[in-house]
Amino acid sequence: MWQFFHKLGSPKWFYGIAGRFMPWLLGIGLLLALSGIVWGLGFAPKDYLQGNSYRIIFIHVPTAFLAQSVYLMMAVAGVVTLVWKMKLADVFVKAVAPVGAALTFLALFTGAVWGQPTWGTWWIWDARLTSMLILLFLYLGVMALGSAIADEKSAARAVAVLVLVGVVNIPIIKYSVNWWNTLHQPATFKLTEKPTMPPEMWVPLLLVVVGLYLWFGWIALYRMQTEVLRRERRSRWVQDLMHPGGRSDVSSGGARADGV
Amino acid sequence: MNPARKRKLSIILFLLAGLAIAVGLATYAFRQNINLFYDPSQIAGGEAPVDVRIRAGGMVEEGSVRRDPDSLKVEFRVTDYASSVTVMYEGILPDLFAEGQGVVATGHLNGEGRFMAEQVLAKHDEQYMPPEVSKALEKASARAEEQGAKELPNY
Repeated sequence: MWQFFHKLGSPKWFYGIAGRFMPWLLGIGLLLALSGIVWGLGFAPKDYLQGNSYRIIFIHVPTAFLAQSVYLMMAVAGVVTLVWKMKLADVFVKAVAPVGAALTFLALFTGAVWGQPTWGTWWIWDARLTSMLILLFLYLGVMALGSAIADEKSAARAVAVLVLVGVVNIPIIKYSVNWWNTLHQPATFKLTEKPTMPPEMWVPLLLVVVGLYLWFGWIALYRMQTEVLRRERRSRWVQDLMHPGGRSDVSSGGARADGV
Repeated sequence: MNPARKRKLSIILFLLAGLAIAVGLATYAFRQNINLFYDPSQIAGGEAPVDVRIRAGGMVEEGSVRRDPDSLKVEFRVTDYASSVTVMYEGILPDLFAEGQGVVATGHLNGEGRFMAEQVLAKHDEQYMPPEVSKALEKASARAEEQGAKELPNY
């Protein structure tokens, strides 16, 4: 396990291994998510009270779920950045922060669309909605801070500290509906109890959730590969990758690399 | 793990724990402001201020909804199965509003302990089920009632 961990320190090794996983993650992820969405939107039964409008959960729940998971993953990567100074951990944070922001926005947006007909309002400052909005601002803050500091090493450390400070928000989001009175309902899915939803509703939902996680794996690796290439653009292996066969002409290769 | 990294990791964990405690205490201190609404027991116990804009929430009591036939005025009782409070409202109620459903109302308490609502929102619970299942459940509970109401839980 430690050997794998230390190998991750090598950008070149990461670039190769990521490329091998990516087609599988994208293929299976899209297959599961799309079949879950088609099943959920087209074939799952109506809800007895809300009718068809409940179907927004097939988008809302997976995006909200993943938005919080991505932040937790970023926090773990932040610890790795601070303690082990591994560059790849910072590459991960930088690559997935915009993805997390987009997912959080989608969760808020679909929630608002659902809240208007169901609750009678599209926004209310209750604990769940507000803490989720804070998560969006944390993601945007991480993105802004990362690009505001020119020096890569100090940017990595500052971003890691911000991510770790923000991680206290995650349990607040999760338990806000239990700790306080909120308009948002408590969780339908709990680890310890049966879901308060029949299988013909939660099975498609689970498909979308698992599919979206796999899709996230793909987009994270894809964006990390791009970031690794950008950071290692002057190194030999990237040069070889970009100009296959052009190795003999060292001077022109170097000139082109500066232009990239 | 080498000692320098171990020390760094424990510093990070220590700071995170401290931060969590600080945020925990702060949210605990502000809990009444973070709570979206007062429940009927708090209102009955005099915890809610009179003539100040607040929110009240709970379940709409079965059989308590009375509509004025000539206007949009409606009156109902909101309960948490311990106490209840009468809510007066004039306007259009959300689709999900029904007896036995959760609501959150914005408004103020008048001197007589009635809640004058300006806005009523429906609160959805975490239950989802197909219409057939809910009909079957209703039939089953109606049958249980015929056989003897004393076995039903008393709230």
